[in-house]
Amino acid sequence: MILTRRMALLGAGAMLTGCDRLASQDSVRKALFSAENFHRWAQRSLMARDALAQEFRPDQISPIFRANGTANPNTPAYKALWRNGFADWRLAVTGLVERPFSLSLAQLRTLPHREQITRHDCVEGWSAIGKWRGVPLRTILDGARLRDSARYLVFRCADDMGGGRPYYESIDLIDAFHPQTILAFALNDAPLTVANGAPMRLRVERQLGYKQAKYLMGIEAVATLDGIGKGKGGFWEDVAGYDWYAGI
Amino acid sequence: MDSPTPTDGFAVKRHRLSTRLWHWLNAALLYVLFTSGLGIFNAHPRLYWGQYGANFDHAWLELERFPGWITLPGLYNLAMSRHWHLTAAPIFAFALLFYMLWSLANRHVTRDLAFRRDDLRPRHIWQDIKDHARLRFPTGQAALRYNVLQKASYIGVIFILLPLVILTGLTMAPGMNAAWPWLVDLFGGRQSARSLHFIAAFALAAFFIVHILMVILAGPINEVRSMITGRYRVPEERP
Repeated sequence: MILTRRMALLGAGAMLTGCDRLASQDSVRKALFSAENFHRWAQRSLMARDALAQEFRPDQISPIFRANGTANPNTPAYKALWRNGFADWRLAVTGLVERPFSLSLAQLRTLPHREQITRHDCVEGWSAIGKWRGVPLRTILDGARLRDSARYLVFRCADDMGGGRPYYESIDLIDAFHPQTILAFALNDAPLTVANGAPMRLRVERQLGYKQAKYLMGIEAVATLDGIGKGKGGFWEDVAGYDWYAGI
Repeated sequence: MDSPTPTDGFAVKRHRLSTRLWHWLNAALLYVLFTSGLGIFNAHPRLYWGQYGANFDHAWLELERFPGWITLPGLYNLAMSRHWHLTAAPIFAFALLFYMLWSLANRHVTRDLAFRRDDLRPRHIWQDIKDHARLRFPTGQAALRYNVLQKASYIGVIFILLPLVILTGLTMAPGMNAAWPWLVDLFGGRQSARSLHFIAAFALAAFFIVHILMVILAGPINEVRSMITGRYRVPEERP
């Protein structure tokens, strides 16, 4: 019984094709996609609600912070904002809140800041460490006063991902009120560059990079993610099947 | 290896049900984990040491993408590779945990896997290496016990390599970094953990190849049957 390389290759290929065929069945697909729920439950059972992501020393910062995703939204509306140094930009806080409002960059800068040196982990596998400064999301939410029915926060972005679909992301209230969840306007002591999400991006430090929405335009409190985009809670979740809970 | 009777050419009950179940579960899960892992690696086929690492940083290893015949799915799809990987991983991790506890409880570890004093004599080890090199496999009574190289590889895989691959995998999860920050410290950073995860995965692949080779050389039908039904035909003593 001699296994030739060709037989081994054919065998491996057949098994993989089998796996792919399995994954095209609804029940298997559903099972594979539900592993996310286990990981969310397991991670949140293991950690305190406010357990902090690691913070690093200044000498551990990446020499160059890799920007990823949209490098420049390049829409006429965004270009107009950029040309003006984002003086006309407003962050709109809407949805299930008692007091909807919108704030300018200058107003946001007057609010208390948090500074954190954290690691950005891309779903692709690479990591970059950077120093972020921004306004804790909690401060904004305390000002807007969430209604009891609010369960998620949806972050609307300025970058059009094609076909008039802007980037968006969402988090639940556990991450929304986490002390390290900030609306960052500075990276490594400089105002955010366009590649890194100017004028403001979200930092949710216990999750992967695609949750860190750039080019923020608005925050909406909602009761459910149904009916937003394709209902999966984010652009990549809708389009590519990424996990909504990106803690792993 | 339940109370073997030294009966040349006769069948004995060799592998416990727990060992057999775990073995085949692992065969399937490691296959899914390795191939989907290569699919994930293809998203960024560079490895680094330390806390951070991206395109501008120094990579100690940079590869081409692995070809489709060995990745799951066959066509590059990071989300699907992750779904496979993250579904199989917790089953694999808990199965190992239960197998370890079970094997300690039923004394499989102390009786069959732990080194005996005689095993570790340099002359004995050297003899075992020579026997392996000449493909002289034990017969009769000796075939019923694991030899020292077998014990070393099983202990190494069960108690070092498999825990390492699981813990380095967990270390890559940003949520786990908040839950168990000591994991990152243990491996010297997330990117170090990613590199160690990759090395451990290929060490397991190497174990798999040697394992298959040994099964084929030692008599594949008898060996595979003993892992399915538990019955093992004892090779007759050499004259």
